[in-house]
Amino acid sequence: MKLWRDEFSIEAAHERYVARRQFGKFLVLTSFGMFVGNLWILARSYFRRAETFPRTLVAHASDIPKGGVRLFRYPGDQDPCILFHTQSDRYVAYSQKCTHLSCAVIPATDGRRIECPCHHGFFSIEDGRVLQGPPPRPLPRIVLDQRGDELWATGVDLGTESSAPEELKS
Amino acid sequence: MSGPPPVSRGLTALDGAISLIAILLVVQMWLLTATLEAFLGGHHEVAVPAAILSGLLFAASFGLYRFILVIDRAGGGGRPGGQGTS
Repeated sequence: MKLWRDEFSIEAAHERYVARRQFGKFLVLTSFGMFVGNLWILARSYFRRAETFPRTLVAHASDIPKGGVRLFRYPGDQDPCILFHTQSDRYVAYSQKCTHLSCAVIPATDGRRIECPCHHGFFSIEDGRVLQGPPPRPLPRIVLDQRGDELWATGVDLGTESSAPEELKS
Repeated sequence: MSGPPPVSRGLTALDGAISLIAILLVVQMWLLTATLEAFLGGHHEVAVPAAILSGLLFAASFGLYRFILVIDRAGGGGRPGGQGTS
């Protein structure tokens, strides 16, 4: 009975109080949601630091001609990646998900860039940095370790601006 | 000048408080998107100060909501027989 009287005013002049109070409650609950979102990011950051990556054989270098590519998945089955044998005779690998809206990136026709065909974003094939278009961040780089003819993936570099690519000559 | 505020003054105070909450909420939304962007970019060090600041913004919003409740109570709050007059 008390709740009914609190939420449904009888006098018309007081009805505006109820509407504003409800709206204020909605805003504060939304604010709480934003706070929970920040806490979720904090928790993810904490656990991400302790994340370890498997060591996985992704390709044999001799199987990929210069200018060729090889698709693989790393570190999990839901993480598509793309390996390039560049014109400068290096092996580099990146996540295949565009950092804009996760479309699959492909080699551009000029052989020097990586293209996202959805919104025409372009990345450098040498270090994954954004060259053009809407992507906000570089492509996450797969850390490669070459042992003889074997190319092993050993980690994922999220592509912060300060990180320099690791060079692997064939 | 003492005594409960009339409904119009109470509504003005409520509008001011709600406007402040809305402004704080916009700042909090920006903070969340900026933190998410930094997190996805591998900058994990911003998560702690962002969470603290977001908590402070939420606390401020909650404090303003408590103020709304106080004004609401003093102004009658829509209850029949409340103290407010129009």
